[in-house]
Amino acid sequence: MRVAVLAVQGAFIEHIHMLDRLGVATLELRNQDDLARPFDGLILPGGESTTMGRLLREQGMLAPLQKRISAGLPVFGTCAGMILLARYLSNQGEADPLPHFATMDIKVRRNAYGRQLGSFHTVAEMAGLPDFPMTFIRAPYIEAVGPGVEVLARVEGRIIAARQNNQLATSFHPELTADARVHELFLRMIKVADAA
Amino acid sequence: MQNERYGLNKELAQMLKGGVIMDVTTPDQAKTAEAAGACAVMALERIPADIRAAGGVSRMSDPQMIRGIQQAVTIPVMAKCRIGHFVEAQILEAIEIDYIDESEVLSPADDIHHIDKTKFKVPFVCGCRDLGEALRRINEGASMIRTKGEPGTGDIIQAVRHMRLIQSQIRWISSMAEAELFEAAKSLQVPYDLARYVHDNAKLPVVNFAAGGVATPADAALMMQLGAEGVFVGSGIFKSGNPEKRAAAIVKAVTNYQDADLLAKLSEDLGAAMVGINESEIQLLMAERGV
Repeated sequence: MRVAVLAVQGAFIEHIHMLDRLGVATLELRNQDDLARPFDGLILPGGESTTMGRLLREQGMLAPLQKRISAGLPVFGTCAGMILLARYLSNQGEADPLPHFATMDIKVRRNAYGRQLGSFHTVAEMAGLPDFPMTFIRAPYIEAVGPGVEVLARVEGRIIAARQNNQLATSFHPELTADARVHELFLRMIKVADAA
Repeated sequence: MQNERYGLNKELAQMLKGGVIMDVTTPDQAKTAEAAGACAVMALERIPADIRAAGGVSRMSDPQMIRGIQQAVTIPVMAKCRIGHFVEAQILEAIEIDYIDESEVLSPADDIHHIDKTKFKVPFVCGCRDLGEALRRINEGASMIRTKGEPGTGDIIQAVRHMRLIQSQIRWISSMAEAELFEAAKSLQVPYDLARYVHDNAKLPVVNFAAGGVATPADAALMMQLGAEGVFVGSGIFKSGNPEKRAAAIVKAVTNYQDADLLAKLSEDLGAAMVGINESEIQLLMAERGV
């Protein structure tokens, strides 16, 4: 199994370190040429979604990856990665009027907790499992989900983790903590997809 | 609680990695920077090249001007305060800036003390020329470090010198016997615990960007290859002939800093670079402010 990590900007090395720890081979995606190499899953890391969206388009990666995600490639987006997956964005800036992959049937509010002073850390339940350490950095949350979307976690009533078939998204950054359970969940999704 | 806030502030810097932070003086410039792919903007009234040209005392920007830029973009907005001017920092925290740059570009307010950054919730980035300065700023509470370089010159030599020195000192510390660390901490004038961290991890405990003199995509890629985790571009963009194109090219150069074919394409037809002044031609070395 090999997991690709979008490496155009942001905290991608933290995901790669987590996957190293779990014994999974990785591949950094920086431009179109990198898409020629085989991979079984894709991680969209934290960073600035405006920057990442622009680089995805200009490096010719948006359309090919969108096609593969739509065809069932397992994908996991954290924070900015969740924004990249969302079909609807509720407070879009002028610099990026369009959603990006728009493959996941969720409506996401960017910078939903305000500026950096609104960033926080908490511990909450996810997918029926207790005590996930969760780090929210200028984080988004999900305002609404479509019928095929399973809500995995809420904090203070806001949806902060969800899954739709092979797409997984969290507002928080499991890659910044020592807890590998969210990545393990994603790896199980890849195994099931590979078996199918 | 204070430690948790410091952790969150270091983590915001992690999200900026692989990105370009651009100096902007107006909401329109901020929008241009965001559209070009900047991962954050630095709001200031005059870019360093103009500060250098104008002379006189240079201070924190007008909060109203900073607010205008906060409203214009969704990416993080940073702003500068003078070295040691903790009230300017309090004002910037009050307007909910995302990051404060305690910067040698402005006129220092205190020639002995830097700001006690542990007293703030909002994160700070500080400049440094060597590992000792970097670790002293971190000890004071900085959650991100950048090289000082020489701002407003378009001359990369000082940023290169500072980055090379920091990286070489990190290699020096990390290869030491544990018993030698006490003396190393003393000679660097830093706390033992921070010297110990560098020894054990072979890196700084916070994100390290390059700044000061970056004018071209090649300059930005050079700093990344030398070990920077991202790049600040001050005067280099809006003092050039075609800011939109140059800004976008520098963003892509930072992402693909090892791809010479792409760097060649990105370097084509960018219009005039900022004219720049050589290190040896300038009267005021801003990098010497605040050690």
